[in-house]
Amino acid sequence: MKRIYSVLVENRAGVLSKVAGLFSRRNFNIDSMVVGETADKAVSCMTIVSTGDERTIEQIEKQLNKKIDVIKVKTFKESMSINRELMLIKVKYNKENRRDIMENCQIMNAQIVDMSKNMMIIQICDTSDRIELFIEMLKSVSIVEIARTGTVALTKCKEQ
Amino acid sequence: MIGAEAIVKCLEKENTEVIFGYSGVAIDPFWNKILDTDIKTVLIRTEQNAAHCASGYARISGKVGVCAVTSGPGATNLITGIATAYADSIPLIAITGQVNSDMIGSDVFQEADITGAVESFVKYSYLIRDVNDIPKVFKEAFYIASTGRKGPVLIDIPFDIQTAELDDKFVYPETISMRSYKPTVKGNMVQIKKVIKEVEKAKRPIICVGGGVHLSGATKELVKFAELNDVPVVSTMMGIGAMPDDHPLYFGMVGNNGKAFANRAMNESDLLLMVGARVADRAVNRPDLITENKVMIHIDVDPAEIGKNVGPTIPLVGDIKHIFTDILENDDHADNHSDWVETLRRYREEMRTDRAPAAEGYVDPEIFIKTLSRTMKNDAIYVADVGQNQIWSCAYHIVKHGRFLTSGGMGTMGYSIPAAMGAKIADPGRQVVVVVGDGAFQMSMMELATMRQYGIRAKIVVMNNGFLGMVREHQHYAYNDNYSMVELKGDPDLSYISKAYGMDYTKVDGNSDLGKTLEEFLSNDDLSLMEVMVDPMALTR
Repeated sequence: MKRIYSVLVENRAGVLSKVAGLFSRRNFNIDSMVVGETADKAVSCMTIVSTGDERTIEQIEKQLNKKIDVIKVKTFKESMSINRELMLIKVKYNKENRRDIMENCQIMNAQIVDMSKNMMIIQICDTSDRIELFIEMLKSVSIVEIARTGTVALTKCKEQ
Repeated sequence: MIGAEAIVKCLEKENTEVIFGYSGVAIDPFWNKILDTDIKTVLIRTEQNAAHCASGYARISGKVGVCAVTSGPGATNLITGIATAYADSIPLIAITGQVNSDMIGSDVFQEADITGAVESFVKYSYLIRDVNDIPKVFKEAFYIASTGRKGPVLIDIPFDIQTAELDDKFVYPETISMRSYKPTVKGNMVQIKKVIKEVEKAKRPIICVGGGVHLSGATKELVKFAELNDVPVVSTMMGIGAMPDDHPLYFGMVGNNGKAFANRAMNESDLLLMVGARVADRAVNRPDLITENKVMIHIDVDPAEIGKNVGPTIPLVGDIKHIFTDILENDDHADNHSDWVETLRRYREEMRTDRAPAAEGYVDPEIFIKTLSRTMKNDAIYVADVGQNQIWSCAYHIVKHGRFLTSGGMGTMGYSIPAAMGAKIADPGRQVVVVVGDGAFQMSMMELATMRQYGIRAKIVVMNNGFLGMVREHQHYAYNDNYSMVELKGDPDLSYISKAYGMDYTKVDGNSDLGKTLEEFLSNDDLSLMEVMVDPMALTR
């Protein structure tokens, strides 16, 4: 089962390593982990995506809550939240496939943000599933490198 | 006022009586300022034991134990002691000196990233970057260590912070409030009423007590509850002593190394109250099976323990003393389970196993430990080390109204002697008896000098079998007696060791006159050593 943990933590040195260390020490998975400041400069928000059975999911929440620097933990399913990830993908192109690539970008709502004679960087901001799909669509062209941010998420307005 | 003085002031404010520690330049400003106070210091002989001493002190005094060592190797040596305290939820403050702030990260002499190294063994840790933070950090650290699920907190303080001047006058915070740390103390009333109802409904209820009962100081309330509702009690290794052995409702220790009838009692119950116990592998062999055919109630101060090792339960989070006080206030119905208690008594009679008597020239561990505990004072403290001596101690030590200390979670060899030192300092009037094997004795015998230096008087029993017996026993079963790395040849002559440290020495190699010998051994309060020859091939079961 996939779960998203939105974790508010004290914005202090070493907190990231404490939380990451908890996952490795307790044998929990991390699919992705994103850290950023919140409106309150003293508080950071970590968005952690993890998979595990029901007991593991419950333990992750409890163990996170046990960390002294953790202020609040919210756990939700993907369906309960708006999830987005940003990807930059650099590809090689040529005359033959340029149109195809541009069409794919249009379909997926991705933008070309940098370009040279034979290479371009495409930016896409979407759910992880759709980003996977986009990568799949570009498999026929030569992918040079990829940078992904991991998921950030907020619970939907009506859930609150 | 400089940082070192501020630290000392903080410790005074927290009513610290004693600090166990070791010297080193990075912690020297602190040791210098400690001279200006009434706080006692104990210079141990290796840093690990500073934490064990503080642990023994904490367990007997009910206060937070404090230890302090230098940076680098001093700090890393302390880790095993901290991990041992963490595994048994013992409240400690570990203070470590650190190199100058501007040198951190450059691998200078005696630098170690101690806060990073101990992360998974501490409840929390601090690296102080500003001298003005000292009062707040200490207030928080003592609060965190001694509340909720107790545990060690480490404070790393660079040399320049210890010598820097505070900007303002020293003010120790009166109160503390942390938005990210609010442990649950009082149990939920709805859950408490559910527990009362379940106990009323149950035909075969049983309580399994763990170390949490001691940490909460809840033995009185628990015994009262068990007596009121006629509920039998078993215990984990850390729970031993929650009820005296001769109590009609007490049925011994559970687990791999426990009593068969205690395990049977737990298995056949229809309601199991786990109180302050982790349900770890040593106490419950197959946690996944334990909830079969029964309702389980798990009472613990740490919500993460509930559901960690064992399946569906009725959870009740809070401090055990508070919870049982509330239960007793709301439980207006005394239950009677005399048939069930009678059944368990029958099991105890039927399942009594007799050990084969010890071979000629050796002392029988069962007879010895039973005689020892009968001879010990009513409120004496028994400290068992790790290994066969620990298993025998758990099985045969008869708790009257004293305490039983051991390293239950981590199983750290060499725990007993330093822990006994801390215990004796916490309550000098009480008799303290150490039972240790010849292996663990050699891991901690350097502390005999500390005991001599500070007049810490404990009775030390060394069970000598020339082997690392517990592992030898494992190799007997698992590897058909192909022994590897378990034979201790070259043990020192303990009569000379005793003489070297100015201790009385007695050697016992048979069962005759044990009562008289032990009476003599325990007749005074001097530091003395008894060597007990145990058959190298003796087994714990």
